[in-house]
Amino acid sequence: MTREEIIKPENLVYRRTPVLTDNVMHYCPGCGHGTVHRLIAEVIEEMGIQDKTIGVAPVGCSVLAYNYFDVDFVEAAHGRAPAVATAIKRLHKNHFVFTYQGDGDLAAIGTGETIHACNRGENIVIIFVNNGIYGMTGGQMAPTTLPNMKTATSPYGRDVELMGPPLKITELVAQLPGTYYVTRQAVYTPALVRKAKKAIRLAFENQKLNKGVSFVEIVSNCNSGWKLTPVKSNEWLEENMLPFYPLGDIKVPTQE
Amino acid sequence: MAFKGTLIIDTEKCKGCGVCITGCPQKCIALGKKVNKKGYNHLEMIADTCIGCANCAVVCPDGVIEVYKVKV
Amino acid sequence: MAKEIRLMKGNEAIAEGAIRCGCDGYFGYPITPQSEILEYLTVQNPYPKTGMVVLQAESETASINMVYGGAACAKKVMTSSSSPGISLMQEGLSYIAGAELPALCVNVVRGGPGLGTIQPSQADYFQTVKGGGHGDYKLITLAPASVQEMYDFVGLGFDLAFKYRNPVMILSDGLIGQVMEKVEIDDYKPRWTDEYIAEKFPWAMIGKPASRGHNIVTSLELDSAKQEQVNLRLQAKYKVCEENEVRYETFQVEDADILLVAYGSSARICQKVIELARAEGLKVGLLRPITLWPFPTKPINELSKKVKGILTVEMSAGQMVEDVRLSVGCAVPVKHYGRFGGIIPTPTEIVEAIKTF
Repeated sequence: MTREEIIKPENLVYRRTPVLTDNVMHYCPGCGHGTVHRLIAEVIEEMGIQDKTIGVAPVGCSVLAYNYFDVDFVEAAHGRAPAVATAIKRLHKNHFVFTYQGDGDLAAIGTGETIHACNRGENIVIIFVNNGIYGMTGGQMAPTTLPNMKTATSPYGRDVELMGPPLKITELVAQLPGTYYVTRQAVYTPALVRKAKKAIRLAFENQKLNKGVSFVEIVSNCNSGWKLTPVKSNEWLEENMLPFYPLGDIKVPTQE
Repeated sequence: MAFKGTLIIDTEKCKGCGVCITGCPQKCIALGKKVNKKGYNHLEMIADTCIGCANCAVVCPDGVIEVYKVKV
Repeated sequence: MAKEIRLMKGNEAIAEGAIRCGCDGYFGYPITPQSEILEYLTVQNPYPKTGMVVLQAESETASINMVYGGAACAKKVMTSSSSPGISLMQEGLSYIAGAELPALCVNVVRGGPGLGTIQPSQADYFQTVKGGGHGDYKLITLAPASVQEMYDFVGLGFDLAFKYRNPVMILSDGLIGQVMEKVEIDDYKPRWTDEYIAEKFPWAMIGKPASRGHNIVTSLELDSAKQEQVNLRLQAKYKVCEENEVRYETFQVEDADILLVAYGSSARICQKVIELARAEGLKVGLLRPITLWPFPTKPINELSKKVKGILTVEMSAGQMVEDVRLSVGCAVPVKHYGRFGGIIPTPTEIVEAIKTF
């Protein structure tokens, strides 16, 4: 069978979702951000909610996320996305509102906004991309940086005595009654991508229930900040990040 | 049930990260010697053994792969 | 039909003004001397009646960012605080101005700097009209001098905010916020419908319909050439505002030798000052700016040609006096009289200050 015989519309298995714009994403080659964007966009397409979704972009590598999603999108100040999303969702109760945040945005400057949006149980989706480093500003230490991990501001490795251990913010917010679904996923293998997409789909479906925050952490790579090739960075992620940030559901909605 | 698949790769958007290659069960894709306008060695199909599993497309951070398959 | 008249506190009048003018959301945090605004709104509980969201946020920082979110949806949203809390909101105000969003903020000023005191002050003038937040932007600033104006300026503030797609600040003080006076109340204006917003404000976040591309609300522009264009557009907008929105009031300036320039509580005190001074044979008049930005530069300049001296009265070390000097040039001496730290000047000490000319 020739290639031309296979490439027919009825044989299409997978194509880039139109909810992503045509813009080339500025992320480094191999960075998980692009994959997570794609999964969110696919979920929006499959649920048919493109005209009812409003996204809130962070400050960080994904500050320009609004250029990649063909949905109404608002830029938030660093860390403030959950507050911005709170108002949007309370004023547009029937829309799907999500924040997309990195580890500095959500777990450093935005800790207050994160905890309180989760405590109030805002009916939003929070997507948390955790790569243990501040990518956009040049690879500085983050609250989620691993012990002894070298970064631009921990050149000799993260000293737990001086800076404390990494902050497991996802486990923290899972304690709050206002979070309905809390899960940790990854996107560096096809199998994990398919699982992550199911989790993101569940998070968006949950918004119809008005039962609180659906919080999806994606443990991801930063090959530039970690100074590794994309493939090697995913190996490093598996060997080092996952033991500290284990994948799986942390809080699942109980059957009622 | 056997499948025969093939890919359309957007070679200008591909950044040559290579993450897709690790997950391919058929070893039918690789980064070639050709570079695109941005200077990346982009992905190309190197064998006829694709089964259209879409592992590569699913893990691609830039969504540059379109997958087709037929039953054979 | 006669309007309803109520005896209210200044802070309560802000809250009632918000409900009556069709406000969509109030997001705020307690701080003395303005907590009554949030408290009154929670007691009135407008949500079941009008759909207005009232939310106590976890901080002033969160409050202003909630306002930013609502403003991105072209909803009439507002917050309030007092000096230290307004300092926390400066980032948010800069973002709202940079993204060209309409929003209303109320500062019931207290003595500073730092944690300061809870009594009235006017020492946030610089913060409000000269910057506060980063970048080249302006806050359209209204200065109420009565409880009625506290009520009226909420609706006016939203009108100006949406007309210019810019944040508006009601710069009040702890005296006006706490004093009780008669207020004429309007009927309820309904909140805008989603259809109205979609039609009138095509830039707003409403969910992307198939008929248009997606809307982006941001203040980020990494291409300097484009960011300069953004700034030029803002400056052009501010020019139009300066030409059209100056508001002020004068008292007995026709024959004045000495002109007082004062706003808010200080202006109220100056009305008594005029009475006392004229009883002693001093011809004193008052210009009360109602908009602090845009500043009534032209009227003050005109009056400076007719008077022998100008005295600003502010509860501060002298902030508005600089704008008066800029309006006047070297034409006449411009002096300042003020008290700080929450002390309110008395009419007699101001009369003594006038005598120094």
